[in-house]
Amino acid sequence: MGTVFGIPPQALFGQLLLGLINGSFYALLSLGLAVIFGMLNVINFAHGALYMLGAFVAWWLLTTVGLGYWPALLVAPLIVGAFGILLEKTLLSRLYKLDHLYGLLLTFGLALIIEGMFRHWYGSSGMPYPIPDALKGGQNLGFMFLPNYRAWVVVASLVVCLATWFLIERTRLGAYLRAATENPVLVQAFGINVPVMITLTYGFGVALAGLAGVLAAPIYQVNPLMGSNLIIVVFAVVVIGGMGSIMGAIVTGFGLGLLEGMTKVFYPEASNIVIFVVMAIVLLLKPAGLFGRER
Amino acid sequence: MPEAMLETPMLEIKDLHAYYGESHVLHGVTLSIPAGEVVTLLGRNGAGKTTTLRSIMGIVPRAEGSIRLQGKELVGLAPFRIGRLGIGFVPEERGIFASLDVEENLMLPPQVQPGGLSVAEIFELFPNLKERLRSQGTRLSGGEQQMLAIARILRTGARLLLLDEPTEGLAPVIIQQIGRVIRTLKEKGFTVLLVEQNFRFAATLADRHYVMEDGRVVDMIPNDQLEAKMDQLHERLGV
Repeated sequence: MGTVFGIPPQALFGQLLLGLINGSFYALLSLGLAVIFGMLNVINFAHGALYMLGAFVAWWLLTTVGLGYWPALLVAPLIVGAFGILLEKTLLSRLYKLDHLYGLLLTFGLALIIEGMFRHWYGSSGMPYPIPDALKGGQNLGFMFLPNYRAWVVVASLVVCLATWFLIERTRLGAYLRAATENPVLVQAFGINVPVMITLTYGFGVALAGLAGVLAAPIYQVNPLMGSNLIIVVFAVVVIGGMGSIMGAIVTGFGLGLLEGMTKVFYPEASNIVIFVVMAIVLLLKPAGLFGRER
Repeated sequence: MPEAMLETPMLEIKDLHAYYGESHVLHGVTLSIPAGEVVTLLGRNGAGKTTTLRSIMGIVPRAEGSIRLQGKELVGLAPFRIGRLGIGFVPEERGIFASLDVEENLMLPPQVQPGGLSVAEIFELFPNLKERLRSQGTRLSGGEQQMLAIARILRTGARLLLLDEPTEGLAPVIIQQIGRVIRTLKEKGFTVLLVEQNFRFAATLADRHYVMEDGRVVDMIPNDQLEAKMDQLHERLGV
């Protein structure tokens, strides 16, 4: 077999696939952050912890109730979403009249508490979560080997991201959401219950994080620190895409995952920082982000 | 007292006080609007006209006193509940949403009561909007945005319309068109509370005028006495 730019194709496509997988998680998580920021003006630092919680809920469901991967894919996000609604109702909603910074501090504190509790209970080594039987094995594509589960994660993430985009940009419900993001007072005057919309939006954004956690469990193992490892990169993705932009979060998430993968092939030393370099450049040239509108 | 005043008015405000933080903006506004009338609030900038409308919608930080819609008390209700009782609101800044296209803006306010205008009837009143449905809401001209802001509350079944300076900054030909629309709405039985600086425009439509000064209603002028009170009004409005 030949080479592409002097790189064996196995290595190139292997890294690109890894980049796509990471990109799937970046996209799902930054999408949830974007939805939450748009509606609540809260930078949800607890997002990584709630992603971790999603993986743990799936693991609990499997080990205590015997509920497998496929039902967990639905049940775990619902449980995480319900937990998010509880957080919004009891804590976050008290902060809307204050500066954004208070929401950030509160969610940062929540993340530390949630992760601290899990580390206390489960230590910092991961628990394995089996790949569901239907997705074991893989395909030999000739130029590379494609594990079925990884292909599924990319497709599932893409479908969920595009469905969310459609819901927000193309439906009546999404129009309420966009309008309330711009001018909540006037939307209320039209007779729409904006406080309930805010609560449900937070629940939905957080449920996306929970879903990402379930998808991640068979790949990364279930680990109390899995969220904090990921969330810093995800925040960089959100900043690059532009706060609050839905399509921006999706495109930037997948794009930066791929960029990271490419960097691993061509200049591995930079692969850990390439996203932050991009972030710095974007902030210098376009402070509102690639897809963001100046506020 | 005219006969209509003996029935339950569409809107009745008694001793309304409103506050923005520490500043006391309305000092006991009292007025009454019978169903089917077009009534204007006249007054200088800062007299409290906009705050009166915002108090009716429940979107000032603090309001005290009584605001009754067909006898039902509004003060203290959550803003979205007031919107559902059938009041259509066009804010001074028009409130067209930039992230929605014209059609989405038009269809945004939910129907709260039967009896709203159909989309076809709305396009008859505002033919320009029909050709711009796919445009971003804020790409419309100022006049078209004003028409969209009025159009979208006509679908909802609201019978009381609060219009805050619908003619502000618009060309005379557009102002005439908006005037025709308001007359048509009156013929269709809508009740309209109109905030205006332009009382020549107001005089062509309204049944009565309330004059506001320093957060109070200082005079009520039936439209047929407007001519006689012109000098006094000029002085009050500083025009």
